[in-house]
Amino acid sequence: MANLLLRHRDIPDLHKIDVYRKHGGYEALHKAITEMTPQGVIDVVRSSGLRGRGGAGFPTGVKWSFIPKGPGEKYVVINTDESETGTFKDRELSEKNPHQVIEGAIIAAYSIGAKTIYNYFRGEFMDAGYAMEEAIREAYAAGFLGKNILGSDFSCDFYCHYGAGAYICGEETALINSLQGELGQPWSKPPFPAVEGLYRRPTVVNNTETLANVPLILVNGADWYMSLGTDKSPGVKIVCMSGHVEKPGNYEVELGVTYRELLAMAGGMRDGKKFKALLPSGGSGPVITEKALDAPLTYEGLTPHGSVMGSASVIVMDETTDMVWAALKMLHFFKHESCGKCTPCREGTFWMEKLLHRIYEGHGTPQDVQTLESVANQIGGRTLCALGDFAINPVLSTIKHFPEEYRAKVQGSANGQVKAAARTAVA
Amino acid sequence: MSDLITLTIDGVEVSVAKGTRIADAAKRIGNDIPVFCHHPKLEPVGMCRMCLVEVGLPVRDRATGALLTNADGSPQLNFGRGLQTACTIQVSEGMVVRTATEPVLEARKSVIEFLLTSHPLDCPICDKGGECPLQNLTMAHGVGQSRMHFGDKLKLDKHVPLGDLIYLDRERCIQCARCIRFQEEVVDDPVIRFHNRGRSLEIVTLSDPGFDSVWSGNTTDICPVGALTTADFRFGARPWELTPVASICPHCPVGCNTTMSTRREAMANGRTVIKRIMPRQNEAVNEIWICDKGRFVHHFADHANRLTQPLIRQNGKLVETSWGEALDFVAGKLQIDAHMVAGLAGARLSNEDLFAFQRLFRDGLKSQNIDLAKRRLAGGDVAAQVGLSSGSNLKDLGKGDAILVVASDLHDEAPVWWLRVKQAAERGATLVVANARATRLDAFAAFSLHYEAGQALATVNQLVSMAKVETDTAVTNDIVSAAEALFKAENLVIFYGSEGLAYDETDALAKLLGNLLLIENGHKHAGRVNNGLVPVWPHNNTQGAWDMGVHPAYAPGYKPVKEAGLDATAVYAAVANGDLKALYIAGADPVGDGLMPDRGKLDFLVVQELFLTDTAVLADVVLPAQSWAEREGTFTTGERRVQRYYPAIPVVGQSRPDWQILAQIGERVGLGKPAFAASLTFKDVARIVPQYKGMDYRTLAQVEKQWPDVGGEDLYYGGNAYENRSGLGQQWPVTAEKSAVAHFDVPTVKTGRKDGLQMMWTAVLYAPGTLVDCSDVIAPRKAQPVAALHGTDAARLAVADGDWVEVMVNGTAVQVTVRVDDRAPVGLVLVAGVPWWPGTAVADLKKIVAAALAVN
Repeated sequence: MANLLLRHRDIPDLHKIDVYRKHGGYEALHKAITEMTPQGVIDVVRSSGLRGRGGAGFPTGVKWSFIPKGPGEKYVVINTDESETGTFKDRELSEKNPHQVIEGAIIAAYSIGAKTIYNYFRGEFMDAGYAMEEAIREAYAAGFLGKNILGSDFSCDFYCHYGAGAYICGEETALINSLQGELGQPWSKPPFPAVEGLYRRPTVVNNTETLANVPLILVNGADWYMSLGTDKSPGVKIVCMSGHVEKPGNYEVELGVTYRELLAMAGGMRDGKKFKALLPSGGSGPVITEKALDAPLTYEGLTPHGSVMGSASVIVMDETTDMVWAALKMLHFFKHESCGKCTPCREGTFWMEKLLHRIYEGHGTPQDVQTLESVANQIGGRTLCALGDFAINPVLSTIKHFPEEYRAKVQGSANGQVKAAARTAVA
Repeated sequence: MSDLITLTIDGVEVSVAKGTRIADAAKRIGNDIPVFCHHPKLEPVGMCRMCLVEVGLPVRDRATGALLTNADGSPQLNFGRGLQTACTIQVSEGMVVRTATEPVLEARKSVIEFLLTSHPLDCPICDKGGECPLQNLTMAHGVGQSRMHFGDKLKLDKHVPLGDLIYLDRERCIQCARCIRFQEEVVDDPVIRFHNRGRSLEIVTLSDPGFDSVWSGNTTDICPVGALTTADFRFGARPWELTPVASICPHCPVGCNTTMSTRREAMANGRTVIKRIMPRQNEAVNEIWICDKGRFVHHFADHANRLTQPLIRQNGKLVETSWGEALDFVAGKLQIDAHMVAGLAGARLSNEDLFAFQRLFRDGLKSQNIDLAKRRLAGGDVAAQVGLSSGSNLKDLGKGDAILVVASDLHDEAPVWWLRVKQAAERGATLVVANARATRLDAFAAFSLHYEAGQALATVNQLVSMAKVETDTAVTNDIVSAAEALFKAENLVIFYGSEGLAYDETDALAKLLGNLLLIENGHKHAGRVNNGLVPVWPHNNTQGAWDMGVHPAYAPGYKPVKEAGLDATAVYAAVANGDLKALYIAGADPVGDGLMPDRGKLDFLVVQELFLTDTAVLADVVLPAQSWAEREGTFTTGERRVQRYYPAIPVVGQSRPDWQILAQIGERVGLGKPAFAASLTFKDVARIVPQYKGMDYRTLAQVEKQWPDVGGEDLYYGGNAYENRSGLGQQWPVTAEKSAVAHFDVPTVKTGRKDGLQMMWTAVLYAPGTLVDCSDVIAPRKAQPVAALHGTDAARLAVADGDWVEVMVNGTAVQVTVRVDDRAPVGLVLVAGVPWWPGTAVADLKKIVAAALAVN
């Protein structure tokens, strides 16, 4: 099957508006504005079964339907913060197929009655942002943005905003705060952005990839989209393959392929090494092992294996990988990215990194591993946003699947016991 | 309170107003859900995670909406997936909250453990130790031992000045953001913010000078740890050594309730001294806030320059004498022709002092020549009839109500009123501000009417006449719209001040505004609760001075006297031309204030004071008086609430309370034995002044339960300072509450304005003066003499920002710096930090070259 989202791989210069239009571009927008009511658009997207591709998987049409009808400013915000480790799909879409994202966003704005779209890029995405900005200029020139789009009374503006580079700004409320010029910290929901979002107005925040699906759905219909993928997880998904594979990169697949198939797609294990584990959702999802490789890539597929599809950023690790090291890497990332707003995440990730670092360095004790696990459980489910839960996943899942590696570290430390005894725990 | 929601917390049913958060609802039934970031005066954020509880919601049938029940008939509950924050979740009907289950207790333990991992635990040297929510909640919910290795702790800066007044200890900070949220949400001074993220999150100041807010001290009260401390109290004492003494702030007419923490101190040779001043909860007055002037400007009470002994002039010099000799001498000198003697008082004296003052003159010396030394604002007689009705609370104003503020900069004249008016506007009250210049209240005003200097009366006249007649809706100018808004309001509160106005103009203004309140267009305002006039008095007890009859035309209780005496202006003239022989000045410094150049042709001048002021050095006798901190008494606020304060520190030297000195002189002129105590003098007040009938020191000391409960037995809202055990005061009713009030005859006032560039005196909170000058801690914030003018005026006068110019203030040349500020109206120079003068004057700015600058 040809690429639907990564169409630029098949069509040269798709980032240019005339090429994009030659290949059906902006027909969906035309159809929406001239033939469909805003509610009609929402209904189609809802019945297509499209779910958020940023990781949380919330049904897109349902999200749009939460926006209150009636007058007043509303906003569409595109989440191109793409900060999950091992995720690089939105960058490719923004750089190479920006019009499909723009078109999807305009359709979203039309459906909820928004007059303004913001695209929030992570600060490092300069190239992707500039490509998008060029596409926006083209869209304005062609009359797809600005006043009275396609001769209708629907007007819409599109702005790009660059964050300062923070993982937490991918969380929608932190993103909104950052967009407003505030510190990038999430707020405790409710209020949900659909009710009180950007500038305290109803706001839809959608992932870049999610919106790229929308034009296809409008042109080809909800039933067509439902026919792709699985019953519960219809459609296509870009999977970011990285780590110890021969051919890392983005792969567009129908949902439902197995992780084993994905590995094969990426050329198999690098240098013929043996597979050890993979992180299915960047740093934020628990690791899975060989046992789970036949699970399907769907929103529910990894549930029996205690993990999640998330943003489908698959980081593959071979037999040479030190799992304690890998956990430390991930934990360091989350500790560095913790916004500091809520206590368990701020203090817990800091403490856990200290513990895990000691264990990795060979100075830890079996007690340290227990403490590590216990501190992780003190974070889990108690934080303001999901970052705290993400942070403990790599640690808890590696302790679960590779306890012997932790044992080796703490037993290998000849003087670990002595050192630990010398340290006094102070209340 | 029709929207009551009933929920169950740990098996106890409670009904609370819709919108209440679980944590606040639990507080109502004495269930203390521990919190750090939550504070009932702030918007909830749910970030510390200390208040995690289990929340169950009744399950409904999706199709029918009917409540589902268990087999035993109890409602089915859905407890969700985990613990939720009690501070953010609003109560809902049938909600069931569990606060004592194993997961909840475990979560509390773990949050405490987390907080302590980065906390230095330097309680033994921490200012907060002993009244610290973190300490308290650790004792209540913590495990007592940390599993974190000591060496893993983060080390951070412990002495970070956020400004001159507030220091940050970064190690102690638990990032609850109470301070940041207070500055942003409550007082609209967002000058401190979080910087960085994660464990590097820190509080920084964004202003220059640092933490530039007159509210900064409040952040140290609400800080749940010892992270924020004041430059005044820092390392000064341990909380358990302190004795709390209830007091009333002596600075402005708001009358904030305060607590003075006192301690005997070796550094003060064993004397008891004031270590700090904190707010005392009075939800009708200051809630739980005070401004930094009230908090930090108290050192004058203990200042080394205080007068300690009576002084008498001998051979041209003031020498120490005994009380007996001084009093006899004064009494002898005052008993002359009643027309030749006069008394001027300061409006910071207590009601007892002022009552004794007028009694000495009226009953003892048979003279009606008494007045306040500084006649700045008239209208006490108007407020007595249509003032803010008793039982009013600015906190009750909101949607549908209106507030009018005329000729006053509340932010600098009465900060807590500014705060409460701002909050009323945020709750939906229509705020109309009328002034010759922009003030900070404009940001919250629906209508800002900026009249030309000298046009205050004309503008208010227009406003009043608009409100009287049905207006043509096609007319859309601001005054008409503002008048309409005032006219439509359910409740109407009016504040008025004296900015840019002469005394007789303020009299006309008060009467005009009184008439506005008497207009009944569907809503009766005068005499109804949450309606009425509030004069923004220049001093803390100007209201009391009016009530006590320190006025040439009014005896106590606003009884007109048969033949009015000389007012202050006339007294100063008589001093100069010899029409007056003896002058008694109590608690005022007219020479220092530029109101009286010298002692003129006086035969005898007696000054009763705290310090040897510019006036006192000219006196024949100087009588040392006690400050408010050394004795008890009452002050009456601009909202006419009579409030008691208590003695906090021992008497300085031989100083005596003003009322006692006056009564002892009275004894010598035939007024009988002086009262033994302030409370007995107040009994006389209550007997003579009809408005104070029924009040005594016991009724003024009565308290009742106040909500939100932030000063009680809980472990987390603050130390002992908020709790009010010493009195909420009593607001006296105005005439309009009991009987009809006739419209006021508004006198015609000539503005006497001359053409040319005008200049107007403006109030600043930290204006130089005896009290502010004696508080070193506030010195960096002390207002400097400044003339602010618009860029076009500056260009015309060829002066630039930072230049020095000379202006004439009350006939004296004063050097001020120029600040070019386009917020100043064109044609009007705003002068601050210099002695007050009435009305507006022609601005004659003389640029001075550096060489001619006075060295000071």
